[in-house]
Amino acid sequence: MPFAALLVTLVLATAASAVVSLAFGSEPLRLGGVLDVLGTRLTGSPAPDRIYDTIVWDLRGPRVLMALIVGAGLALAGACMQTLVRNSLADPYLLGVSAGAGVGATAVIVLGVLGGLGVWALSLGALAGALLAAVLVFGVSAAQGGLTPLRLVLTGVVMSAAFSSLSSFLVFFTDDPNATQSVLFWLLGSLSGAAWPQIMPPLLVVVASGAVAMGVHAWLDALGAGADVAAGLGVPVRGLRIGLFALTSVLVGVLVAVSGGIGFVGLVVPHLARLLVGARHRVVLPVAALGGALFMVWVDVVARVLVRPQEIPLGVVTGLVGAPIFLVLLGRRHYTFTGGR
Amino acid sequence: MRLRCRGVRCEVAGRTILSDVDLDVAYGRMLAIVGVNGSGKTTLIRALTGLSRPAAGQVTIGGQNVADLRARRRAALIAYVAQEETPSEDLLVGEMVALGRIPHRPPWALGGRSERRIVLDALAAVGLAEVVDRRCGRLSGGERRRVMLARALAQRSELLVLDEPTNHLDIRHQVQLLRTVRRLGRTVVAAVHDLSLAATCFDEVAVLHAGTVLTVDTPWRALTPDVVRKVYGVPAAHVTDPATGRTHLVLGDGFDPDDPTRKASP
Repeated sequence: MPFAALLVTLVLATAASAVVSLAFGSEPLRLGGVLDVLGTRLTGSPAPDRIYDTIVWDLRGPRVLMALIVGAGLALAGACMQTLVRNSLADPYLLGVSAGAGVGATAVIVLGVLGGLGVWALSLGALAGALLAAVLVFGVSAAQGGLTPLRLVLTGVVMSAAFSSLSSFLVFFTDDPNATQSVLFWLLGSLSGAAWPQIMPPLLVVVASGAVAMGVHAWLDALGAGADVAAGLGVPVRGLRIGLFALTSVLVGVLVAVSGGIGFVGLVVPHLARLLVGARHRVVLPVAALGGALFMVWVDVVARVLVRPQEIPLGVVTGLVGAPIFLVLLGRRHYTFTGGR
Repeated sequence: MRLRCRGVRCEVAGRTILSDVDLDVAYGRMLAIVGVNGSGKTTLIRALTGLSRPAAGQVTIGGQNVADLRARRRAALIAYVAQEETPSEDLLVGEMVALGRIPHRPPWALGGRSERRIVLDALAAVGLAEVVDRRCGRLSGGERRRVMLARALAQRSELLVLDEPTNHLDIRHQVQLLRTVRRLGRTVVAAVHDLSLAATCFDEVAVLHAGTVLTVDTPWRALTPDVVRKVYGVPAAHVTDPATGRTHLVLGDGFDPDDPTRKASP
């Protein structure tokens, strides 16, 4: 499919899905009622139905928006990470950022640190843990010979394991059985806490990251072809790697802080994008971002309705949906990735 | 632009690999760098491209020190194809070659119509115009080498630096590739293993030995039997083909020392 047609299709599908998804949840709503609420809210006229207004605008609205933002952000982060380490198995959490966020969140849930911050405590604890982990991984990699793909992957994997152990340690020593459940639910990702005041920070970070990545799309193509090739083409390889590291760390840190560790999206969606439009970043990045947003909206719908009125963690849904997709992709004989076989 | 090395010393991980390297390559000339494995060919090549800074001495192109050039300016002047470079498997051939235009535009810009023309010209020069829309992962080893050369050609640089460009190529494509490069009329420096190829396709040959340039001269004066024996430990002779009158470098013990057509030196 031509790129422009695909882009328009994706934009329309994502917008339509976002609206339709507002009707799904523990309380099924009529689509007409949902459209009424959106119409009155966007034109500023008074709400005709209080209950519909509350469910659609106050509860599900921010949640669907957050799903769009998180899905797009994770797909962007995954695409950037796969280029940074030139590895098709890289996902946004490769460099220990999510494991670090896990330590921060666990500390908040189990030890009650940052208690004075109220509803923001969990997010800020996770963000602090994520950024601290990123700084540690960066420091260790840089000190041991530079941000080369192999060094980054090794350091990230080792540090992730260490952070996970630390989280487990904290959980192990708590007497509160609810804490264990909360930590597990948080680690697997959820958007149930999304509210309007929390939308702005992740939105800004995702939009800014996308703009920055698109601003160096040609350099990312060159880096994907190898560090030597890129250097020979005048690309500042070291600076670009540091920039990509910082970009993915902040992006993933913020996303994990608002949604927990949602797996598979950042791994699978960039692959799908490449399959559809080829490998150039100027087409992969927008297609991956839109695809991630679209995917995440429906993942959240499944999480809300599958065992109504209970909610399933998003990581469970993405894993169950993502694994088959990934296997089908791997089974396609002609699908390869830079340096992969 | 003239490429010039003066008193260049190259270190890798603190160990001196090459020292006292002096070279001059005039505009449009082709220089082959030969030497045994580990003699420092790639180290010298990287210093010539400005990708690594010599520990001492200077490499200049048109009087400008390449190590001091801004990265994009350097890439517009010098195109480099590394030894074991393989294209990204999932890029199309045309997209891979278009990477060569990166030094000529900002990183956010898209290549215009003129760029497509340059890419097609570069692919035509290496005889691969018909595979412009094929995925790089589906090319043969030799085609990949030629695509990487096309990428360097699309860079439209003054100087072309090639590290073993004829690796993985059959004889026909080895000669074809070097003829292509010759036709461009640009300054070329290439590390080469095949001495016959170095002797027949290049204007000058620099022989690396014992951490420095042993000799640099026209091929037949550089690759004398003495030099070849000293550097490679292999007996060699210059033999003139009575039919064509052309001189050939013959290696190994296989030749007859009493062959009447054999000459000590042309």
